[in-house]
Amino acid sequence: MSDSFRPSDPTILSADSVRVLTGGRARLDGVTVTIRRGSVHALVGPNGSGKSTLLAALAGDLSVDSGTVLMQGRPWSDYNVRKAAQLRALLAQETPLAFPFTVREVVRWGRLPWEGTDAATDDDAIVTRALTDHGLVELLDRTVPSLSGGERARVHLARVMAQQTPLLLLDEADAALDLAGQAHLDEAVRRRREAGVAVVLVTHDLSRVAGLADEVTLLDHGKVLAQGPTDTMLNAAHLSDAYGVPVREGHIDELRHFWVADD
Amino acid sequence: MVIVLGVVLLLTMAAALFIGAADTTSVIITEIRAPRMALGVLIGAGLGVSGALLQGSLRNPLADPGIVGVSAGAALGAVIAVAFGAAYSSWWAAVAATAVGIAAILAVVWIARGRDGHTEVVTLILGGVAITAFAAAVLSVVVTLSDTAGARSTTFWTTGSLALATWPGFFTTLPFVVIGLVMAFIVARPLDVMSLGDRAARAGGIEVHRTRTIALVAAVLLVAAGVAVVGVIVFVGLVVPHAIRMLVGPRHAWVITGSAIGGAVLLLWSDTIARTVASPLELPLGVVTAVIGAPVFLLLLRRTRASQGGWA
Repeated sequence: MSDSFRPSDPTILSADSVRVLTGGRARLDGVTVTIRRGSVHALVGPNGSGKSTLLAALAGDLSVDSGTVLMQGRPWSDYNVRKAAQLRALLAQETPLAFPFTVREVVRWGRLPWEGTDAATDDDAIVTRALTDHGLVELLDRTVPSLSGGERARVHLARVMAQQTPLLLLDEADAALDLAGQAHLDEAVRRRREAGVAVVLVTHDLSRVAGLADEVTLLDHGKVLAQGPTDTMLNAAHLSDAYGVPVREGHIDELRHFWVADD
Repeated sequence: MVIVLGVVLLLTMAAALFIGAADTTSVIITEIRAPRMALGVLIGAGLGVSGALLQGSLRNPLADPGIVGVSAGAALGAVIAVAFGAAYSSWWAAVAATAVGIAAILAVVWIARGRDGHTEVVTLILGGVAITAFAAAVLSVVVTLSDTAGARSTTFWTTGSLALATWPGFFTTLPFVVIGLVMAFIVARPLDVMSLGDRAARAGGIEVHRTRTIALVAAVLLVAAGVAVVGVIVFVGLVVPHAIRMLVGPRHAWVITGSAIGGAVLLLWSDTIARTVASPLELPLGVVTAVIGAPVFLLLLRRTRASQGGWA
């Protein structure tokens, strides 16, 4: 990884007063977010609160109706498709594969944006690393459609990790993973953070957010309900508010956990 | 595997030249069967690769130039050109066939466009049915009304045949197929990644829209000139890429190479059957390919239904 991952400006991506409408309804309504290099930012909130929409807007995958999204100070439209793919990797909730490509081939596609650049010299090492990190070495020559849901999730995770971008956007990457898979994911995310990568993740696992994310944005009905350092802003009061159920908070082995009270 | 396919093709080409009635004199072979065989190779290769491109770029296992209406559109274009004074099998007829073929594919893709670059299987087929019926209707009107276009019947266009193959017809078709093949190899790699869907492919650095446009235009170039020369030949473009994927895997560079060879082999054997099975009478080639291809189509339809849960 080169020094370009740590330029002087700590902010890599900023969204300001973003509004997204679909069918006359505001999916996002005046959302402002700042994503910093070397930090993990979690987007949480109930179903339909706009997390995935916000992630798509941050990725430049969705045009906003008003407001701005600036990647390293410039709108996404300033970058061509290939340059954008060198800057950010996006893992969508579901990635169906139309043809039976092997695990090796699919993970290798992560390196395509770098084809013909200096970074391409490390392709083999990077792909091998991504395969090892996500426990795919034994599955190398299996075809992706023949794998289980969790194994497929790991393949696509390895693919976007191999893309080696300074911004990594993960939409419920943990949803299909078992405990070991989640641990591998968290490890990979932490390593990326150490390397100066900005990671944005959407997840429903609030206890993992508490252990992993530096900052959190809590969304409800397309609006920001709470935002800031995870330690203070992710709390039972805000979560009860957002989810409309009484949320309790406690510690297990010094890690914070959240659950819904019976009463 | 490709080498094996290549050897099979060479044997098939020899068979196409020498199998047949006893009077295999050198004149029949060089003047009649040689252009017929050469044109068959071109048209079969074009159909096979066209099907591979349509299936890959539309993410639809049942796409084929005949099914989506490209072939019928191309036949209409050729007939219109002839009605306006172009010669049969001429360059102008091939150009007009390509133009109307492109219009047909744009119409069908626009109708069947689903989420994320996936086209709905049944909408695509129904759109193709409608385009094919419309193009065939207009074609029969033109054939009926025009003196120049009346020389070849509607049946000639709808069930193609290599019986009238000539060297000029071969040289009309050649540049279209060559350009289409070059375009096909240019988009081979991006098409691989596009099996992830448009969104993930774009996030992975693929120019999705440009890739699909090139693939669709190439798919038309590969078949339209052939249709202008010999009429519509169905199902080759559907069956061949599926068979080739089973042999060489899903990578488009190999699927395209294999489908070019496999398409040529299937077409030549179909043509050899067409001209020998009822000798001295000759069956239309399009009839033979339909007899082979329609059952395969039904099997694929059933499999697709099973995997996509009904009329997805």
